[in-house]
Amino acid sequence: MAVERQDLWQRLGCSPENVRVVRPEPSIWTRVYILEIVRGLGVTIRHMLRNLFRQQDMPTLQFPELRRTLPPRFRGRHRLTRKADGTPRCVACMMCPTACPADCIHIEAAESPDPRVEKIPVRFEIDLMRCIFCGYCVEACPKDAIRMDTGIFTDMAATRREDFVLTMDKMLNS
Amino acid sequence: MADLNNHWAVLVGRVALPWLLPLLLLPLMIWLERKASAFMQDRTGPNRAAIAGVRLGGIVHTLADVAKLLGKEDVVPSQVHRGYHALAPLIAIFVAQLLFIIVPYADDLWVNGQTVWMQGLRIDIGILWPLAIGSTFVYAIIIAGWASNNKYGVLGGMRAAAQVISYEIALGLSIVGALMVYGTTDLNTIVQHQQGVVWGFLPKWGIVLQPVGALLFLTAAFAETSRTPFDLPERDAEIVAGYHTEYSGVRFAFFFMAEYIHIIVASGLVTTLFFGGWQVPWLSTEQLRDHAATVLDVLLGAGALAGLVAAVLAGRWSRGLRRHYADARRHEGAVLGVLALGAALLAVALLAGAHVYGLPEWAPPVVAALAQFSIFMGKVLFFAFSFIWIRWTLPSFRYDQLMRLGWKNMMPLALANVAVTGILLLFFGPGGR
Repeated sequence: MAVERQDLWQRLGCSPENVRVVRPEPSIWTRVYILEIVRGLGVTIRHMLRNLFRQQDMPTLQFPELRRTLPPRFRGRHRLTRKADGTPRCVACMMCPTACPADCIHIEAAESPDPRVEKIPVRFEIDLMRCIFCGYCVEACPKDAIRMDTGIFTDMAATRREDFVLTMDKMLNS
Repeated sequence: MADLNNHWAVLVGRVALPWLLPLLLLPLMIWLERKASAFMQDRTGPNRAAIAGVRLGGIVHTLADVAKLLGKEDVVPSQVHRGYHALAPLIAIFVAQLLFIIVPYADDLWVNGQTVWMQGLRIDIGILWPLAIGSTFVYAIIIAGWASNNKYGVLGGMRAAAQVISYEIALGLSIVGALMVYGTTDLNTIVQHQQGVVWGFLPKWGIVLQPVGALLFLTAAFAETSRTPFDLPERDAEIVAGYHTEYSGVRFAFFFMAEYIHIIVASGLVTTLFFGGWQVPWLSTEQLRDHAATVLDVLLGAGALAGLVAAVLAGRWSRGLRRHYADARRHEGAVLGVLALGAALLAVALLAGAHVYGLPEWAPPVVAALAQFSIFMGKVLFFAFSFIWIRWTLPSFRYDQLMRLGWKNMMPLALANVAVTGILLLFFGPGGR
């Protein structure tokens, strides 16, 4: 790890004697420090006045009141879609927990009352503390039952760990 | 007849005004520091705290801060020297509040043929008072640093001692040239000397007569107030918070207030010594008194115009607020607009009253003093702002750079300034050859 300085010089094929560090010589205007101070003051006052008179152009967003428009494919909080009759599209095929790299989706399946469908989920939970918002679950789903298009990505704060677990109800109704 | 200056009411006023003025400017300074620094760095700065939706661009945050500092636990660490730890912030605030009393804020007011001093303390030593009292501020810092029994505190205190002592020499020498020109140390006389013009158009301010001295004094004043680029005693990145590392709550607030009062005092002194003090450019006190009606018209007209412009701006701003906010803040533009419009109408009404009824006999000196006070406050606020402006522009000095600048650049320059001023005075000054 520690390379001796002499070795380093040798490896580089040179010695300290024939290396010359060229530093730009400050001009006389730079050396008279006061002029550079005035220039610097000009820069700061320009920023201040521009931001004072054109506050709408500042990059800051007044967050809770104003929201940034998200791109349509932004991956936000998950939701579960419904069929035309209002029942969840999910058939509890376990494709999404299998695809999930963070292992945050937990599904409990049950027999479906509908003879055309094999299974339905009775519990479908996503632990947001573990979720990394990669979107693999959405890609894995064969039924288009889970999407991440709610656009919610900040209002997930909670004070207890349990509150970070998204329940099926919550996901169906968002 | 007894001297009116020693009448108890005048005495109370003379002491209270210079005492309250820096205190009243404090919230404004803190707000300016935050907001200006934010805008210089393309941030929005404080804009949330509100009283019934009125935020005043973030000035309400200062009130919230006061409440916070008063409500905070006053932590006294177990290892400190309790007596000195408690004493240091008191010295700081006490010394800071003693300083502004020497600064004259208007020319002598004529009342019933007598003059009333528009200055808290008129003593012959004048400018020596803030130099002498101000230098004791360093004791507060050293005691605070030492009593904290904290390495960072001690380092901050030692740095403050070295810095203040180094720059006090430059500070004292930089004004010697000015004092030679003015021939007095009394601040009001100094301001009176700065009346008139040189070369026909420039106001005869100290900056014109003593440009080098003014620059040196300004720089040294920065160092004396321990502001960036001379903030070594409390440089966060190196020694946490320097001498006030172990202070919290109200005791910390005392150091904080003292720092800002020092800025205002330094601005006042720079104004008084080198920027004409209360002198209105090109207009003497006599002219102001003689044309009091016109001066009043200009003052009130400017006030009315400013109020109108503010009202229009508030109206335009109000539209955006109504679109964005659903709570009480949506009315802020309307509230401020109505207030500004009210101020403008008041100014117009006073203007009309002055024109209809004419000015009473006592008015001209008062109007002149008001005009001078406004000008003085404008200058002081400009320099107070420039303290903030420079703080957020310049990187701070390294310790060796600080010492080199103080001892090897500023002190010889100040000495040369004294010598050159002396030579010029000898040949061209009053009574010169």
